[in-house]
Amino acid sequence: MSPEHIIEQAKRAFAITKKDIRIYYAKGPVVIFGLFMPLFLFLAFAAGNRGLSMPFLISGLLAMTVFFTATAVSPVIQPWEAQARTLERLIACPITMRTLIAGDMFASVLFGIGIAVVPIGIGVILGIVPLHPFLLTAGIILASICFSALGLLLSTPATNVPSNIMMLSSLLKFPLIFISGVFIPVEQLPFAGQALAICSPLTYFTDIARYCIMGTNTFSLAVNFAALAVFSIVFTVLAIRLHARTVSRRI
Amino acid sequence: MKEAEHQENAITASDLRKTFADIVAVDSISFSVKIGEIFGLLGPNGAGKTTTARMLTGVMRPDGGAAAIFGHDIVSDPIRAKQRCGVVPETANAYTDLSAWQNLMLMGELYGVPKHYAEERANTLLSALGLLERKDQLVQGFSKGMKQRLILAMALLHEPDLIFLDEPTSGLDVQSNHLITGMLRELHESGTTIFLTTHNMEEANRLCNRVAIMRKGKIAAIDSPERLKMAIERLHTIEVSFDPAGTDDNLASLQGIESARREGDKWMITTEDVDSTIRAICAFGAEHQLKIEVLRTLAPTLDEVFLRVTEGGTV
Ligand SMILES: Nc1ncnc2c1ncn2[C@@H]1O[C@H](COP(=O)(O)OP(=O)(O)OP(=O)(O)O)[C@@H](O)[C@H]1O
Ligand SMILES: [Mg+2]
Repeated sequence: MSPEHIIEQAKRAFAITKKDIRIYYAKGPVVIFGLFMPLFLFLAFAAGNRGLSMPFLISGLLAMTVFFTATAVSPVIQPWEAQARTLERLIACPITMRTLIAGDMFASVLFGIGIAVVPIGIGVILGIVPLHPFLLTAGIILASICFSALGLLLSTPATNVPSNIMMLSSLLKFPLIFISGVFIPVEQLPFAGQALAICSPLTYFTDIARYCIMGTNTFSLAVNFAALAVFSIVFTVLAIRLHARTVSRRI
Repeated sequence: MKEAEHQENAITASDLRKTFADIVAVDSISFSVKIGEIFGLLGPNGAGKTTTARMLTGVMRPDGGAAAIFGHDIVSDPIRAKQRCGVVPETANAYTDLSAWQNLMLMGELYGVPKHYAEERANTLLSALGLLERKDQLVQGFSKGMKQRLILAMALLHEPDLIFLDEPTSGLDVQSNHLITGMLRELHESGTTIFLTTHNMEEANRLCNRVAIMRKGKIAAIDSPERLKMAIERLHTIEVSFDPAGTDDNLASLQGIESARREGDKWMITTEDVDSTIRAICAFGAEHQLKIEVLRTLAPTLDEVFLRVTEGGTV
């Protein structure tokens, strides 16, 4: 098979995924940013708002964990590689930028999906069983793809200091939590907040989670899925384009 | 392999150019490397060697000009061009959180080498480079020389037809150095084309079929090491000492000798014609019943060529 054939490139992307999982996801930031951070935010919020129902909180926790995990390491993979001096060797390999991004993204997606088991498990222990498990699974997969692509897009500035990128992405991630219906339902936001909520991909996943776990929703399911799909495509295409432009500046 | 037979050059670069802000790192250079050749790129720090190698390996996009690897343009057909190269970058590292073996297998997968074959190759390379016992250890604990040997093994796993090495032996001990240059010789014998940058003139002199000397982004000289050395020095030096040492000064008047002076118990003789001068010296010794203790010719070294060229001279 010729090296640029799509199946051959897909195999190579998978090799990158394997490497990412072995190296980066075994490290601290994923667990800290993906699991503990949402858990503490959630506990603090739950403690301050006794009136909220448990299904509301669990679906919010699910949305947050998937969001934080899928965006935790994907933005720092390339700066990290540049700093560790492995990036030049990697891009000298016969792989396209699409392959490289796909490999990094897939690793991130797998973790987003994997981590979702934790909040759902907590819910089940507390007696909250998802009403629509298959829809929820589909939503989690699509949302993981979307958030991973967002993470990769955030790493396009050509800085090799992972903490710079982490700070940049935190500046974006925390505000998103507050306008995406995680803590406060979108309907209860002021108009400006609602306008911002529409621009946040997290809003649509939170809405899917609410529907699948507690049966209420703000937007229709079709709108939620379509919005996540459109965001995924836009983020991915932009990430590939921008990385292709900036990658050689990291070396 | 098929394309290689129809193509004469492993690398063709024409008007290759790269600038960083206001620095012209590589200033429109053109050259080619023939299949099977060991080509050395020399030059002082900052001359543009690494930048040239990075453009040829598809890591950096040239600002102007073009380069082709076995006929595949590095910008428009990068996958095919890269597929046939092995690369040892200047400041590369293997993944330190993976073992040597895992690093090699990753390369196998990235180059599409079938698994069983990759394993066989990895074993061969690791044992040839003296790393077999350490194959399951994390690279973290490797010494500089071990890392560099591993990186070479990683570059060779897919049996490339062309290998780029950017200062592969800088800072290594004699043993690692030997292993690496030995491996390069073997590769050369088996027909692999080698593109090498180095600061080690002795290494370039011994290994390379042809060298280019870069200065401020341009190629200042390009030829075989021997021809470059010949070109800078018309006159050769012959060192000779006799026993008994205190011979008369008649030696200086021999045919074909430009100059002769005493240095300690030796004579330093310069001449254009090495052959007839040596014959004359031998005859002179026999005639005066002198025993020749030392007789050697001192050809100019590549070091001297390098200094001459990089100080702005020409050859
Ligand atoms: N990424 C970069 N950004 C800005 N300038 C660069 C970059 N890479 C190289 N340069 C500049 O380009 C010039 C050539 O550098 P290059 O690394 O190619 O030299 P070199 O011949 O490999 O030197 P050395 O022997 O020290 O390795 C230098 O002036 C260097 O400062
Ligand atoms: Mg260099």
